[in-house]
Amino acid sequence: MSTEVRASKTDAESALETHFAAARHSLPGAPAVASLRENAFRRFAADGLPHRRIEEWKYTDLRALMPAAKPLAPLPDGAAKLRAKEAGAMHLAIDARRLVFVDGSFVPELSDLAALEGGLTIRSMAALLVSGDVGKIGRIVPTDDIAVALNTAFMGDGVMIDVAPRVALSRPIHLIFVNTGEHGGAVFMRSLITIGNGARAMLVESHEGSDEFQVNTALELDVRANAHVDHVKITRAGALHVSTLMACVGAQARFNEFLFTAGGAVVRNQLFVRFAGEGTVAGIRGACLTKHRQHVDTTLVVEHVAGGCTSREMFKSVLDGESHGIFQGKIIVRPHAQKTDAKMATHALLLSDSAEAANKPELEIFADDVQCGHGATSGALNAELLFYLKARGIPQNEAEALLIQAFVGEAVEGIEHAGLRDTLMGDVAAWLAERK
Amino acid sequence: MHLLEVKHLHVEVDGNKILNGLELSVGKGSVHAIMGPNGSGKSTLAHVLAGKQDYVVTQGEVLLDGDDILVLDPHERAAKGLFLAFQYPLEIPGVATMTFLRTAMNAQRKQRGEPEISTPDFLKRVRQVAGKLGIDQDMLRRGVNVGFSGGEKKRNEILQMAVLEPRLCVLDETDSGLDIDALKVVAEGVNHLRAPERSFVVITHYQRLLNYIVPDVVHVLSKGRIVRTGGKELALELEASGYAQYQDAAA
Repeated sequence: MSTEVRASKTDAESALETHFAAARHSLPGAPAVASLRENAFRRFAADGLPHRRIEEWKYTDLRALMPAAKPLAPLPDGAAKLRAKEAGAMHLAIDARRLVFVDGSFVPELSDLAALEGGLTIRSMAALLVSGDVGKIGRIVPTDDIAVALNTAFMGDGVMIDVAPRVALSRPIHLIFVNTGEHGGAVFMRSLITIGNGARAMLVESHEGSDEFQVNTALELDVRANAHVDHVKITRAGALHVSTLMACVGAQARFNEFLFTAGGAVVRNQLFVRFAGEGTVAGIRGACLTKHRQHVDTTLVVEHVAGGCTSREMFKSVLDGESHGIFQGKIIVRPHAQKTDAKMATHALLLSDSAEAANKPELEIFADDVQCGHGATSGALNAELLFYLKARGIPQNEAEALLIQAFVGEAVEGIEHAGLRDTLMGDVAAWLAERK
Repeated sequence: MHLLEVKHLHVEVDGNKILNGLELSVGKGSVHAIMGPNGSGKSTLAHVLAGKQDYVVTQGEVLLDGDDILVLDPHERAAKGLFLAFQYPLEIPGVATMTFLRTAMNAQRKQRGEPEISTPDFLKRVRQVAGKLGIDQDMLRRGVNVGFSGGEKKRNEILQMAVLEPRLCVLDETDSGLDIDALKVVAEGVNHLRAPERSFVVITHYQRLLNYIVPDVVHVLSKGRIVRTGGKELALELEASGYAQYQDAAA
């Protein structure tokens, strides 16, 4: 006789069931969405929160890291919108079309919807769900990941963006997610972005504001053939921030992904990227800076389905205090993906004796004519280099800052937009200044 | 007063005695060469002067302008006018030479209570010196020493020295790994910096460098102490006779 041992429900799991039961009828969406939600919730309920015995979540055990599930954040009132506006997070040093989301809801009056370029369509996800036009949801890169299932069950708002074929957006689109209020709440954002054949778009996503929110955000990104897309995601806050990118990249496309994380108590960024057409050139990079007891997990699954694609992955983490950094990167090369050229590097810089880094690069190669490689390092700042800088008159803390900036800079260099590079290096400088 | 005075210096590394009661006085404006066989303590002396960790001073004093510098951190010694040209200059990927120089210069100025240098003044100064040393603008924009040849790295050391204008320059085997042309460029750079207020301690294994940087005083270091001191002709004598006699004398 075999018995499956299933741990009893955690408080958070019970609370999620209660919240779903209470909200299922009020969440946006026509009947079609209701069944999508029900199915997704059943997927979650079957296994519960991901925990350390699930390989993909081994280092980020949500049963342990999520002691409670906060209630869904209420729709933002005038005061919340004002707080968001005053938070000063609205402005990026670069000129961009801003789309603002406060406490999980799209706020048109804080957003820049004027003079949309021809071929650019923007709708709120809530409106899309209500319309029932949800055929694409969950289809770009299907996954049975539990965090995505939870997102589908609870998705409240987000954005649907469509860039028509051959349209080049004149300026970046900046999605600003600001959470306000000291009590916090749970926010489930879902977005669906399609960049048409031969179109050009730059997308920036930043998550800011209160550290009391539990955020589950998911973006489905459909990059069509010959398109050129940059996506930069910046995470600066959150009690729990779980983010999923599901990107499918078509033939001869250029795709540049960058993840920057400098805030948030527990952060999990998962990326599922599929190269579905031949001849694509992609860079998937990231940098994170952690301190105190922060926990930042980057989990990447890059799947080469079509041949002749080049991908470069580089992730850098700087870990101070008692923080934990995790990088799991898997490159899968399917049997027909000949001439794949994939290189993945992950480097962790440990600034304290109590910081911890886990690096897990993996290659699964089923084709026989490919070039794939990976490298992982972790270590402290080089004492010889520090002495060289000090011998030139640079004090210890400034010498450390220079070396840390150089370390992170190597990844940030991968961002094409100079203004955005400067913004992020500004974040790095601010982080370093706070460290002293 | 001497610019540098090293008195009865004893130094250990990992429990091994390397310097054994070393005495050295360097007057203002003079060039002292320190020669000696491998393992005599030449590089240890250079590193102890600059303040490297792991070099334990068990006895003795090092005075710069009469002030004890052994209590100072490396960056404080640099601000006080001490410069060590490294035998093996390090590569710093991601830190452009310009950024590095400017950070160093302003850190030293801050330490001395002086205002920061203006951008035009800084650029002018660097360009001037770089031109003389044959260092082009592209090299200045690249990461410090990244992809540089041995000769370029040594020239970059001299560039830093010239820009930072120290009063005591310690050159640790600056000639190692250089061909004759590179050696001449480096020596010219050094000679150009010779001044009544600036002194040099030139550490070398070979006499060759001293044909181009002509010293006022030559010391022979063996087993952690100076065993002979003389004029520039002592270097030539060493070239002819080797170090064997000094190793015996110190034993």
